[in-house]
Amino acid sequence: MTPDTLIAYALVLPLAGAALIWVFGKIPDLREFITLATGGGLLYMVISLLSLVLAGEQPELQVLDVVPGLALSFKVEPLGMLFALIASGLWIVNSIYSIGYMRGNNEPRQTPFYMSFAVAISSTIGVAFSENLFTLFLCYEVLTLSTYPLVTHKASVDAMKAGRLYLILLMATSMVLFLPAIIWTYTLAGTLSFTPGGILAGKADGLTVGILMGLYVFGIGKAATMPVHFWLPAAMVAPTPVSAFLHAVAVVKAGVFSVLKITVYIFGIDLLSSTGASDWLLYVSAGTVLLASLIAMTKDNLKARLAYSTISQLAYIVVGAMLATRLGMIGGGLQIAMHAVGKITLFMCAGAIYTAAHKTKVSELGGLGRVMPYTFAAFFIGSLSIIGLPPMGGAWSKWYLALGALEADQLFVVAILMISSLLNIAYLMPITFNGFFGKPAAGVETGKIKEAPLACLIAIALTATGTVLLFFFPGTIFELLQLIKTR
Amino acid sequence: MNPEIISNLPALQVVIPLLGALVCALLRRGSAAWFLTMLICLIMPVISIYLLVSVLDSGPISYSMGGWAPPFGIEYKVDVFNAFILVLVSSIGAVVLPYARLSVASEIKPEDRSWFYAMFLLCLTGLLGITITGDAFNAFVFLETSSLSTYVLIAMGRDRRALLAAYQYLILGSIGATFYIIGVGIIYTLTGTLNFADLAARIPEIEQTRSILAAAAFIVVGISLKFALFPLHVWLPNAYAYAPSTVSAFLASTATKVALYLLIRFLFSIFGIEIVTDKLALTDILIILSLAAMLGASTVAIFQHDVKRLFAYSSVAQIGYITLGIALANQAGLTGSLVHIFNHAIIKGALFLAVGAVVYRIGSAEIDDFSGLGKKMPVTMGCLLIGGLGLIGVPGTAGFISKWYLAVGAIDAGYIWLVFLLVLSSLLALIYVGRIVEVVWFRDPGPNLDGVKEAPLSLLLPAAAMAAATIYFGIETSQSVGIAAQAVETLLGLAK
Repeated sequence: MTPDTLIAYALVLPLAGAALIWVFGKIPDLREFITLATGGGLLYMVISLLSLVLAGEQPELQVLDVVPGLALSFKVEPLGMLFALIASGLWIVNSIYSIGYMRGNNEPRQTPFYMSFAVAISSTIGVAFSENLFTLFLCYEVLTLSTYPLVTHKASVDAMKAGRLYLILLMATSMVLFLPAIIWTYTLAGTLSFTPGGILAGKADGLTVGILMGLYVFGIGKAATMPVHFWLPAAMVAPTPVSAFLHAVAVVKAGVFSVLKITVYIFGIDLLSSTGASDWLLYVSAGTVLLASLIAMTKDNLKARLAYSTISQLAYIVVGAMLATRLGMIGGGLQIAMHAVGKITLFMCAGAIYTAAHKTKVSELGGLGRVMPYTFAAFFIGSLSIIGLPPMGGAWSKWYLALGALEADQLFVVAILMISSLLNIAYLMPITFNGFFGKPAAGVETGKIKEAPLACLIAIALTATGTVLLFFFPGTIFELLQLIKTR
Repeated sequence: MNPEIISNLPALQVVIPLLGALVCALLRRGSAAWFLTMLICLIMPVISIYLLVSVLDSGPISYSMGGWAPPFGIEYKVDVFNAFILVLVSSIGAVVLPYARLSVASEIKPEDRSWFYAMFLLCLTGLLGITITGDAFNAFVFLETSSLSTYVLIAMGRDRRALLAAYQYLILGSIGATFYIIGVGIIYTLTGTLNFADLAARIPEIEQTRSILAAAAFIVVGISLKFALFPLHVWLPNAYAYAPSTVSAFLASTATKVALYLLIRFLFSIFGIEIVTDKLALTDILIILSLAAMLGASTVAIFQHDVKRLFAYSSVAQIGYITLGIALANQAGLTGSLVHIFNHAIIKGALFLAVGAVVYRIGSAEIDDFSGLGKKMPVTMGCLLIGGLGLIGVPGTAGFISKWYLAVGAIDAGYIWLVFLLVLSSLLALIYVGRIVEVVWFRDPGPNLDGVKEAPLSLLLPAAAMAAATIYFGIETSQSVGIAAQAVETLLGLAK
């Protein structure tokens, strides 16, 4: 296969999968097989592209010019490659887990559920491979629309409310801030292509750059930078596989990835560091890191706690981007990968606890670790990675972010990173500790509870192992990030 | 084709539906009238597309009605701009008519049906006539032809309130027509001509007089009533809500668009941009009114219970987009206007046809009766969704393209803040479309939907065709934007 057909297949395969899922909706086994086969096929395409990118190529696929200056085209550069690799890899794990979870809980409407997933992963790959801002925006909106049915899956009053908030907040920020920023960028630069070194250098003064960057950071609501974060905790009413997809595989990652990509290829880190235009956003995102961690400590609902933890961890990536240094960018890129694997583990554990014990509150988890040892062990490993302790992958991203902060001479960022890690320990560690060594909460009979379904455990084991492997073998990811041209 | 026919195509574009209307009025059977109308509606796009292609190839066509040379006789003048509108109007007619047969049969009494088609053809005659003529008074005649037939068409609605809506429109439409004809009368006394090209040549000589400003003001206000510029829009929501479904779809896609065409023609080809912007301060007024329409009417749309009324208010808002581009009066902005005339016609066509299909099946357009309809009529609701996305302006739909050009036009004119208001209005569209989507897909079907099936094919296909066009023209724009941009070059070139 030629490189451009590889890109095309990577985008179209999940869509074809969605169509087949619809056709075979009445035969669950076949339907689930199609989901997994699609995931496998997609991963194959992405890995084939990976070898090309590692060899220094940047395959392109031009679909069409919508109007002059607005092209629908794709180009696989290293940063997008990294994101596509994480998304397509974790999607398989997520799918395995979904099958266990959806069957275990006898969820209704499974066919549209898997279809929405397939469309969403296609648009995620589109975001990753987009060659210009227009294509990115298009795929970004498709991702919002295709995940809306997932968030509202339960169709309860709460789910509908959360879905409305999800749709309106994400669409609103993207249309009111992101789109004008794109149009503005176009009128300033005359192009929307992602170009090493950026396209705005010499075309906009420091104030304009600062405002534009702000429009992008807040316009990309999926990055959940405060104060546009509150859709994410609300969306936790969705089934756990959806939360995993939102928090780790696709949605929020598409957001922070977009911020990072725009920083590197639209503004260029040289422009940002020479004008200091992104400093104010550095404060905002550093504040988000701290504030979200503090809020996470107050949450008793496990998924809500994890949601605020995500907001905090995403802000690390925005911090990495706003530092406007090469090391900061590498730290941000690493954090996309490390947080994804760590957080998906935690969410899948939360879902496993719900499936096996129907518990959602942190205060009810005492002693559960003794009857669900695998789940709680995985939760422990995931927690360590989120905190950033070796030997888990999360250590690398924190390390590089700190180096980036030193390079940019922003010592307060280093301090905030350290404080936040302490806060992470405070809100994550008690859960496992209490699970293994605590007393059961009043009215909870741990004796009747068994481990989660096998499909769930397999998925959890895969990602928990992944966090460890990422510490010892982060080679490919480093290689990719080193390949990014910033000039 | 016979060269005799080809040279007379501009006349045939108007004469065929006119004669067809006469024959329909004589036919007793509604189905025979439908068949004749369908035939004519299929011929019309053939003629207009032929005209468009030849204009693109070899420049404007001038046709002397009855052999009287202009400026003494009536001249029909086809250039890229009006050929584009002709294609739009005639194609919408061709898409709507297959839909009309069942929809009209369910909404209109058997003895009135042939009258309905007669009026429909008269309306089509009027709209095509306004577009093709190069004569200010002839435009008035066609304006009244289309308006009078429209009053009748609206009054035929299934609900008794349709009569009141038609009456409301009659009063306001007549005021508009009067304003227009007063303005035309003034410029006739000033210049002694009614021919567009002649007027354009003579108006610079009298540019300093106050009378010409009065004439321009009368004409602009008169036409604005016809295309429902905020706050002259009060007739529109009722008219669209209570008219028969076919008529709502046809009018929303064509009638206001043709009036907008006439406005652009007068502003840019006849008066010239200096009078418009410097002497009348029309830019500021139009920008304010456009914004009021985009934000105000969209907000009102959010609170409507009747889906047809909701889309009618949305039409007022979308017309605001078009007038905004006119006010910006630069290359990108005006291209945005022209493209949006085209795109909005398609989008609203899809929406009204889909709602009409629902009315055909459940006899109501109340939003609460739509609960769970997504399960019962998935294709119709799919068309509704696509049209809705087009209204919001989601990329990949036609609506995005027009808004892109308008936004670039706003920045080119130095109004960055306008872009934010532009997208704010899209956001309001998101809310009212979202409301419908939620009711349709996330509620369980109510008892009123027992036994409701997907709409019949002849209603489904036109709606699906419009929905497909909404997507197509959001991705492949070389026809829509290409031709609009070419028309704008001529318009702005003349304006210099």
